[in-house]
Amino acid sequence: MKTEAGHIGERTIRRALPVGLTGQKMREHIIEFVMFLCALSSVAVTLGIVGILVTESWNFFAHVSLVDFLTDTQWTVLFENPRYGIMPLVTGTLVTSAVALLVALPLGTIIAIYLSEYASPKVREILKPILELLSAVPTVVFGYFALLFVTPLLQSVLPDLPGFNMLSAGIVIGVMIIPYVSSLSEDAIKAVPVNIREGSYAMGATRFQTAVRVLVPSAFSGIASAYVLGFSRAVGETMIVAVAAGMQPNLTLNPMEGAATITAYIVQVSLGDLPHGSIAYQSIFAAGLTLMGMTLLFNIGGYFLRKRFREIY
Amino acid sequence: MTDFEKKIARNKQGDGLFAVVGLLSTFVGMLTLAALIFNLAADGAARLTPHFFTSFPSRFPAQAGILSAWVGTTLIMLVTALTAVPMGVAAGVYLEEYAPKNWLTGLIEINIANLAGVPSIVYGLMALGLFVYQLKLGQSILSAGLTLALLILPIVIVATRESIRAVPASIREAAYALGASKWQTTRDHVLPYSMGGILTGVIIALSRAIGETAPLVTIGALTFIAFLPDAPVKGQFPFISFDWLLSPFTVMPIQMFNWLSRPQQEFHYNAAATGLVLMAMTLIMNGIAIYFRYRFRKRIKW
Repeated sequence: MKTEAGHIGERTIRRALPVGLTGQKMREHIIEFVMFLCALSSVAVTLGIVGILVTESWNFFAHVSLVDFLTDTQWTVLFENPRYGIMPLVTGTLVTSAVALLVALPLGTIIAIYLSEYASPKVREILKPILELLSAVPTVVFGYFALLFVTPLLQSVLPDLPGFNMLSAGIVIGVMIIPYVSSLSEDAIKAVPVNIREGSYAMGATRFQTAVRVLVPSAFSGIASAYVLGFSRAVGETMIVAVAAGMQPNLTLNPMEGAATITAYIVQVSLGDLPHGSIAYQSIFAAGLTLMGMTLLFNIGGYFLRKRFREIY
Repeated sequence: MTDFEKKIARNKQGDGLFAVVGLLSTFVGMLTLAALIFNLAADGAARLTPHFFTSFPSRFPAQAGILSAWVGTTLIMLVTALTAVPMGVAAGVYLEEYAPKNWLTGLIEINIANLAGVPSIVYGLMALGLFVYQLKLGQSILSAGLTLALLILPIVIVATRESIRAVPASIREAAYALGASKWQTTRDHVLPYSMGGILTGVIIALSRAIGETAPLVTIGALTFIAFLPDAPVKGQFPFISFDWLLSPFTVMPIQMFNWLSRPQQEFHYNAAATGLVLMAMTLIMNGIAIYFRYRFRKRIKW
């Protein structure tokens, strides 16, 4: 925009104007710089997260071998003869997340199709905000619900279910992440160009056939992002599992048992009064790093999935 | 009926069936919400007496209250809002109005998108290492407020950007044409017009921060506090004190978690009552946000 002539013009004008205007220019630059720093602070947050997790985990792995960490089948950091196998916490996390996804992905996708293709604008205007309230409920309240409502309800069907179990925690997490899955998927389905939709209708397909065979495949890369976000939420969910799934590390793939997840372990340690710098203190950072690693792996997987299924119109 | 007609009838049936399935699926979510509220109300409504709000936690469930918890929540929200709102709005304005298109801006944008997916407990771990121990802020209201501020920063930034983007370019051009500088244009025109959207985003972000438990447990919130932080306003000079910033704290979700993890049923009723208060605050804040979004969308016609 700034041409040479513009510059000269500006300089001449400034010479003619009172001094105040250069001060104003100065102020403009300062304001811009301060705002730039605010924007940059988000990068600092990421660096802080990675930096703290890596340095504290580094101290942890100075005492514990990485092989033990990944292969040992017991996690008994707080016991007298501690063993540092992350596997039980990872299986706990994966099982609760799997249950949650089994609930949230089908329901979230169906709701997305329903809201974008079936519901009238008026119905959508009412249903969507109510649905989104689900993700606004404090998670500890969901924990209460899982422990004192869903578990007793499930126990009336499955009498052998223990009071702390991954099934009810997983189901409640699933309901909580429905809005994340449904609203992103809905955006993706809506973004499919109208002519593709019309083409399908012109061939005599019903709304259902259009949605399932045309829209969902076309929007799959967006829907996959919704699934990945849902997974990240499920893996990182803390209070529901801490309240309803128990805090006992348990190497099992059976959702009918109780087990600690990575996040529940971090909460358990934080509730106690651990000295700064002890191995148990460092272990929560190693657990946190594992959690970040799992989310990262899944995000990378999601990235390639999206690339593979990306539709360009 | 020919085979073809039968096929059409069957397809139509499938179509109608899906409409029902879709509606039922949304009802699953809504029923859960309703069951949750009824469940809390049935267990906790009886405990919601004035006494409950004016007493400290106690060994005796019937005498326990949430005084220290709601004071803690209020003070922490104050710190969070005062940090996250100016920073988030400034960052959003910069990225939308000022930022040149280069690798640094790209990095910031990708970074904000990724931060929104980081589990909240990881923020807690970061804050534990950084705020509590390296910056020596301790397990204090200040640390807690800053932690939640960082947690909601991406929400505020994204909301700010979205509502600024909705302001048409013609408004900016009109201001420039009258000789306004970039900052004057932003301050006097772009920001006022996008205030509705920004406010909505801020309220939603704060309602999320109120319910957050995990990061605060991680930085070492206490579960039993029977005193209040130092008062921010004093009777003597200099009248304002900031000692409360470094005071230990508890918040409502943590108080609820603490009562919930006890075996006695009476404490569960206290947890339910706390949950009701939390739900009421969340619902009211989200209701206000929905109303704002609706009103501003209706009122402004470009």
